[in-house]
Amino acid sequence: MRGPSIVVRTVARWVVAFIFLYGIFIVAFGHLTPGGGFAGGVILACAFVLEVLAWGKESALAGFPFRVAKRLDSAGALLFLALALLGLLFAGGFFINVIQRVEPGQPLRLFNGGIIPLANLAIALKVCASLFLVMVVLSALRVRAGGSDADLASEEEE
Amino acid sequence: MTNLLVLLLAFMIIAAIVAIWTEDLLSSVIAVGAVGFGSSVAFLLLSAPDVAITQIVVEVLTLVILIRATVGREAHTVSGARDTFGLAVAGALVLMLLVFTVGVLGTLPPFGSPAVARVADAPSTAYLTEGLAKTGAGNIVTAVLLDYRGYDTLGEATVLFTAIVGAMALLRRRSRNAAPGKELQP
Repeated sequence: MRGPSIVVRTVARWVVAFIFLYGIFIVAFGHLTPGGGFAGGVILACAFVLEVLAWGKESALAGFPFRVAKRLDSAGALLFLALALLGLLFAGGFFINVIQRVEPGQPLRLFNGGIIPLANLAIALKVCASLFLVMVVLSALRVRAGGSDADLASEEEE
Repeated sequence: MTNLLVLLLAFMIIAAIVAIWTEDLLSSVIAVGAVGFGSSVAFLLLSAPDVAITQIVVEVLTLVILIRATVGREAHTVSGARDTFGLAVAGALVLMLLVFTVGVLGTLPPFGSPAVARVADAPSTAYLTEGLAKTGAGNIVTAVLLDYRGYDTLGEATVLFTAIVGAMALLRRRSRNAAPGKELQP
């Protein structure tokens, strides 16, 4: 059998869930505990990368298609920019934390901090999707037979 | 703690030298990874968990990608006489850098006493005292990254976006050219 053994594959499938959960925690609590959008996004990407390593690119792309990754990448960047523009529109300054200014929440709570948790989410989406794309595109570069990267090309043309 | 830090830095320097001198590409990549993990532990010792987390996850990901990119690939070695002029220029530059670095190191605040502790009206004092009330974020690092220094983070996101778009544009043409049945040029 090509690729990792059944033990590695089974363990990977279990561990991926925990890595993903940890990534979500790091993103969601980015404004309270160490971590944040960038680190959390990289951890989320690591979960997909583990899937690519253990089960192959096709399996990972079945769960996280190429088109979805590309759109999430752009959507994350646009959401972050929109949050910055929100400050310009409603508070008269680029990147002014307008939600916190209008309605300051209770400190040290999860739903608090105005645009900061939302910005963390935007950055996490962006970083996760783009690093997953890097992994997929780079693994297509390393081609032995013509098959696997023809798949990528056809996936892109959809 | 300083002793531990010095030990860690020595380990990182040795790993970096190994990365340069080793013949095998995979050993070189692993040695670079050792440098990264060493710096992550160093950040943790210096009470910077945010940077340590980011460092270690980025290190893991780049290590995986680099190992995947290098495994099974031959290292191209260059043989022949060394370029003496280039060597002389590099030596002179390193010497100059060393002299200036030693000069600058004397002006830095002593280890463990940041500028905030000495300059009363430094902007970072305001961040530390008013950060929670103004931004509502308990983690001051995130508050600085996403509120006070939002422009920097936007720039960073733009850099990442541009890099991904560029990489995909370049690699896509390569994978398109490799139509089924054709071998891809490495």
